[in-house]
Amino acid sequence: MSGDSLTLYGESFNSRLLLGTALYPSPQTMLDAINAGRCDIVTLGLRRQSPKTRDGAQIWQAIQNTGRKLLPNTAGCKTVKEAVNLAEMSREIFATAWIKLEVIGDDYNLQPDPFGLVEAAAELIKRGFKVLPYCTDDLVLCQKLLSVGCEVLMPWGSPIGTGQGLLNKYNLRTLRERLPQVPLIVDAGIGAPSQACEAMEMGFDGILLNTAVAKAQQPALMAEAFADAIRAGRAAFLAGLMQKRQTASPSTPVIGQPFWHQHQNQQ
Amino acid sequence: MVTISINDELQQFPARPALRELLQNFRAMSPDTAFAVAVNGEFVPRAQYEALVLADGDALDIVSPVGGG
Repeated sequence: MSGDSLTLYGESFNSRLLLGTALYPSPQTMLDAINAGRCDIVTLGLRRQSPKTRDGAQIWQAIQNTGRKLLPNTAGCKTVKEAVNLAEMSREIFATAWIKLEVIGDDYNLQPDPFGLVEAAAELIKRGFKVLPYCTDDLVLCQKLLSVGCEVLMPWGSPIGTGQGLLNKYNLRTLRERLPQVPLIVDAGIGAPSQACEAMEMGFDGILLNTAVAKAQQPALMAEAFADAIRAGRAAFLAGLMQKRQTASPSTPVIGQPFWHQHQNQQ
Repeated sequence: MVTISINDELQQFPARPALRELLQNFRAMSPDTAFAVAVNGEFVPRAQYEALVLADGDALDIVSPVGGG
């Protein structure tokens, strides 16, 4: 696995686990999880905050101290205008052109709005952003996002925060098969390391998650479990999984059996 | 009187306030908080802080970093 790095927009990373920074019980717990998960990229957001509460300042200071690559999001945006303006605000504060683009189309399942997403991605790329769109697993949507200049795609496994894993494996496999050269990161819905491992075995390039680690009883230990699972899944993909078969096939050679089944040979 | 919405809280001013003045208040209350600004939903780059004067009914958004997924 040496030399197997994840390359996104021309930058290479050792880790294939991208971790969110929300929902942790404390900034220190978040830092412990980032370290235990050996993460190179962390996501974060922007919100209105009362100057009287300093929670955001503490988390931002803690995130800065990690020295990790920042991937700001446009979480909660429902229109192209909101997403584009929040991205501009992110670029100014975080001094990065990278943006995890979210344009939410439905409050019930927080499903991305595919039409707004393509429009916002096109506008942001025109403005010099490096867009990592949080999208559904629809092949044509993904092709449209590529056609406007996205170099990375982040299809959902299942809706944000549900922990239901890979709900539509047919679509995800189709994406992998039809877009073999595009970095694909499963973003959202991953609840267990086994689910992350499965996505990596399918050939996805990375996993972005937050809730499953932040809400674990021991977030750092869970981050380590995800890192191990993602590494294992990646190794399995590179090694090449065997084809499934309908019928049994002995793994020990049948030629040269010493004495059993001799009655069959004598017939 | 001029009414400005600041992060959804209505505030009144005797005359049209300069953005610079409003941000001085924010900085005074939270000196180590990074922030960015939008007026009526449009991003305002730092370079425009000095010149911008808000009008009655304007909505000012001041956002800062938070944890996010």
